[in-house]
Amino acid sequence: MAILSYLIPVSLLLGGAGLAAFFWALRARQYEDPQGDAQRILSSDYDNHPKP
Amino acid sequence: MVDVAADMHLPVSACPACAAAPAACAVAQQAARGGLLLSLPAIHCAICISDVERALSHHRGVRSARVNLTLKRVSVVAEPTVTATELITCLAQIGYEAHELDQTVLSLTQTDKAGRDLLMRIGVSGFAMMNIMLLSVAVWSGADHATRDLFHWISAAIALPTVIFAARPFFASALGALRARRLGMDVPISLAIILATGMSFYETTQAGHHAYFDAAVMLTFFLLVGRYLDFRTRAVARSAAQELAALEVARATRLRDDGAEEDIPVADLCPGDRLRLRPGARVPADAVIETGRSEMDRSVLSGETLPVTVGPGDSLCAGEVNLTGPMQLRVTAAGRDSALHRMADLVAHAESARSKYTSLAERAARAYAPIVHLLALSSFAVWLWFSRDMRLSLNVASAVLIITCPCALGLAVPAVVTSASGRLFRRGMLIKSGTALERLAQVDTVVFDKTGTLTLGEPQPVDLPKLDPRALSVAAALAQGSAHPLARAVASGASALGVVPALLENLHEIAGDGIAATYQGQPVRLGRAQWVGCDSVAATATYLRVGQACHVIRCTDQLREGAAEVVSALINQGIHVLLVSGDAPATVQDLAQKLGIAQWHGAARPEDKARVIANATANGAHVLMVGDGLNDTVALSTAYVSISPASALDAARAASDIVLMGASLMPVVQALHVARSARRRIKQNFAIAAGYNMIAVPVALAGLATPLGAALAMSASSISVSLNALRLKSGR
Repeated sequence: MAILSYLIPVSLLLGGAGLAAFFWALRARQYEDPQGDAQRILSSDYDNHPKP
Repeated sequence: MVDVAADMHLPVSACPACAAAPAACAVAQQAARGGLLLSLPAIHCAICISDVERALSHHRGVRSARVNLTLKRVSVVAEPTVTATELITCLAQIGYEAHELDQTVLSLTQTDKAGRDLLMRIGVSGFAMMNIMLLSVAVWSGADHATRDLFHWISAAIALPTVIFAARPFFASALGALRARRLGMDVPISLAIILATGMSFYETTQAGHHAYFDAAVMLTFFLLVGRYLDFRTRAVARSAAQELAALEVARATRLRDDGAEEDIPVADLCPGDRLRLRPGARVPADAVIETGRSEMDRSVLSGETLPVTVGPGDSLCAGEVNLTGPMQLRVTAAGRDSALHRMADLVAHAESARSKYTSLAERAARAYAPIVHLLALSSFAVWLWFSRDMRLSLNVASAVLIITCPCALGLAVPAVVTSASGRLFRRGMLIKSGTALERLAQVDTVVFDKTGTLTLGEPQPVDLPKLDPRALSVAAALAQGSAHPLARAVASGASALGVVPALLENLHEIAGDGIAATYQGQPVRLGRAQWVGCDSVAATATYLRVGQACHVIRCTDQLREGAAEVVSALINQGIHVLLVSGDAPATVQDLAQKLGIAQWHGAARPEDKARVIANATANGAHVLMVGDGLNDTVALSTAYVSISPASALDAARAASDIVLMGASLMPVVQALHVARSARRRIKQNFAIAAGYNMIAVPVALAGLATPLGAALAMSASSISVSLNALRLKSGR
């Protein structure tokens, strides 16, 4: 059962990384225009003006 | 600023400057960057996004343009020299309609912040829920002694900070409810979360068997999801409503003492100011005419379709529209004292009466909260009496609280309202009030306003084809010279018939009377009966005189798209339909007969309209009012629920629960249908939640509840409630 002392911190770290990524996405305002983002992938323009 | 924060249910900072400073900075930054915000009602696809962004970024002085399709807006960063008007023309050239948005009216940053805050809490509690659930699976499958204790301790280390951070909205609102000596839905929620976490922590320190950390965090997660859905629905409606308000920036032209004109916001007007009023402009404040003659369109105030002639010394009310001549006015009452504002006071009074409506969720919470608390308390007392074991009794009591916790109830209403209002939003209806759908479902009487609601408020000439070609071409030529609604109607009716206007000389308009000219050496006139010298008829009409011959051009108001269908659909559903208008009784009767409405009231003043509705309400009817004018605002807010078209005045839209975004009235019938099925769905959801409790509560009372059972019951009820709500979206 000693393996648990590695696995639990590792799983928590991985989950925490996911949470951190979610926070980053939230702060980078990636949830502001879900419909627009869904449509933009269809346009062939090269988007060299990311969100201000 | 502080008011905005209070509206948003954000904690109001102890120091107003602290709250104001960041917002002020944001505004200043926006201004420094030269930010402009345009509303684009027509965009809907990837190509629209590319078109708009390409056109704007190729415009001189524009640094960047970014479309937000969800909000149907484009934000433009540009040099300070670039104005919104030139961007609007630029977009109009490639075929996109655009409007400037007043950024001060849109409190975007606050809404965004509150939404992000809730999402972050959902993220944290979701992360914690999944991890604790994984650890709990090991405990449920039989881990014991040291392993179980280790897992409980790790769960505690995750759950405690999560509950403190993520469940704060519930604690805050429960505290608010208790201070007001009420038991809302949030009091049992907070109690269950706190008791579950506290008891589990105590059990963990005592190396106990059962810990409910997973239940406490799962509860927080599901309830936060419900809260977020609720918030999103309201935020979408509010931003669209603010957008409507931001579109009309009210301004007035003030005359300075040196005779120069200046353009100022209506809010800055004072009594005694002198104003210039151009034809086509709305009167910005109550005023007296100093010089000039004209005709006023009072339809928004009184519902009358016929313009009224006014001259020096006559007083005007804010909201009327000047039709023909330029005038100089002196303001008698502005802002708080104006007629417009007195109407707003009446509306506020009527609205406070309506806010007494208790929503289904509130009624459920009111019945539910005392029962839950009594159950938990009595189970604690009974177990303590028989077992004399404090720890066991507390465990049973907290298990009862967790099992009965209104997880499903918290989702039952928001999930349904979100999917129903999303469906109506796509059909062009904006639900402004959270309980509007529930109230709409109960409607059994519909009261319509005439001018601007069932009709477009724009007259159409009916006698034109009967005129001889010569008179017709003279009428067309005369009508082109005026902005009067009847003249415009004649001009557009004639051009639709393909009439070539006659060549006239000496064309001039006499404000309040009509237009005169000379045609082939003989005088011709188009205008009021007396002035033209014809016998008047009892209908809305304009008169034409060519030489000695007199012609009457009768006009009728055109029906709004879908008006006839809506009325007949409502009557077929067994709903009582009334027509109440401020217009002349003969015109109202005419329309009522045309549409098959049995009961109608003409020449009704705003108070009369409200009284008709109040009488119906007193007889037990649930009245839906559909209206658009200022004269309807009191009636709109007296009614049980109210709808106004987007073309309505700002005050009328503010007073109504639902705004129709399109030109057609047809969505009213669909809204009634969706509202009824939403109400049914909400009640079903309550039944599902109650059913789960019926099975689980006896188990918990018997002391047989386990953390696994609690987790299963809770997720099963939440998921079935959400799925039931989604059925509304797919169902036809």
